[in-house]
Amino acid sequence: MIAIIDYGVGNLFSLKSSFAAIGQEAVVTADPGVIRSADRLILPGVGAFGDAAEKLSNSGMAELVRREAGAGKPIMGICLGMQLLFDKSYEYGEHEGLGLIHGTIRPIADVIDPSLKIPHIGWNALIVKKPSKLFKYLSDGDCVYFVHSYYAADCAESTTATAGYSAELTASVENGNVYGCQFHPEKSGEVGLKILKAFCEI
Amino acid sequence: MITKRIIPCLDVKNGRVVKGVNFEGLNDVASPVELAKYYSSCGADELVFYDITASAEGRALFTDILTETAKSVFIPLTVGGGINTVADFDRVLKCGADKVSVNSGAIRNPGLVYEAAKLYGDQCVVISADVKRVDGVFRVYAKGGRENTGMEAIGWIKRCVDNGAGEVVLNSIDTDGVKGGFDLEMLDAVCNAVNVPVIASGGAGKIEDFITLFQTLPKVDAGLAASIFHFGEVKIADLKRAMKDNGIPTRIYPAPSSEGASGTGGTI
Repeated sequence: MIAIIDYGVGNLFSLKSSFAAIGQEAVVTADPGVIRSADRLILPGVGAFGDAAEKLSNSGMAELVRREAGAGKPIMGICLGMQLLFDKSYEYGEHEGLGLIHGTIRPIADVIDPSLKIPHIGWNALIVKKPSKLFKYLSDGDCVYFVHSYYAADCAESTTATAGYSAELTASVENGNVYGCQFHPEKSGEVGLKILKAFCEI
Repeated sequence: MITKRIIPCLDVKNGRVVKGVNFEGLNDVASPVELAKYYSSCGADELVFYDITASAEGRALFTDILTETAKSVFIPLTVGGGINTVADFDRVLKCGADKVSVNSGAIRNPGLVYEAAKLYGDQCVVISADVKRVDGVFRVYAKGGRENTGMEAIGWIKRCVDNGAGEVVLNSIDTDGVKGGFDLEMLDAVCNAVNVPVIASGGAGKIEDFITLFQTLPKVDAGLAASIFHFGEVKIADLKRAMKDNGIPTRIYPAPSSEGASGTGGTI
């Protein structure tokens, strides 16, 4: 069973439905008992980093996620959920993350061509940097759906794929049993479902 | 590179897709759920569901359909029609919509865009504008294009973006239904005024119209159409292949490099 951690941010309907579509049982939950007994965890998230980090911490989920990740359980952060796995974010101030992946979250505006639009929104091709269990079913040139204005920096050693937007923006990361996708697999059609399927097979 | 999006628009009334739909291989062409699945499998990059129901029953039916679609279609879904309050945003987002498009609701209540953007983020709020030339000036129309608001369109759209609209759908009343191509002049004016994605709507009749759009105006992010897709006059797979062949960044699924390879291509 997969636990989609509910700490009060965003709409988890599509995420839950996407697991159902690949025949996997997923529950949206804030119950520590359910999260502890789950085989895999999903850390979702939309909105601003500071607000989400605070909710994660206040709900006690931050500590629980750290413990479960430390015990070796596969965990995947999605979009802002991926960013929360990092050490620190510079979105409107300075905020601490979970520190499960080393690096920092910085504005896209720092690195992209100023004529390009922000957020980086739409379908973009994954550029694979390192082999990953998540890419088991991926084909060269497969596109996934992004919506974000901040990106993960200083994380070359854990970056498994990027996407080109004048600069190469971090698209996915991995550190042991901890995985993260900046894009939305639950909105990336068949390619996204295959990435979730691969995660379920880790 | 971000790919140019192709977006079919489904007008839904009392739970059914209106405007004729003519497809082989679809058992129920008027079912929004079936049609959405079909388009997704053909490579549509996003779908717009437009609720043209007036009754409360029709509205409830619409949200049921939205939920059903979001359970089986995993590409971004935008919902428009009848969005007048933040509660309307909430209603459709809970059913699986990713973005909400406002038109007359924003004209009646100029604070709506700002309020919604603050609550759900800019990326969630789409301003949809019906625009027509009147004595050489672009004017905003309300009520499905029936009423001239008198507002100058480019300034209006810019204000909505300043208030937090993260995307613009520009529907040219002048080219809508004519099938002679998108309104490049109007689109250019909007693209030069805002720095958020602009979606072209109104006027597409054939594949070449989309090629001309993206080649002439590289700043346009997406092309939206309804009946030409519904009637099969333009097939999405053919359109996207033609875009790719013309050097336009396009998402092709399965990815071209995997075509012919076994195992990874088709469905899971």
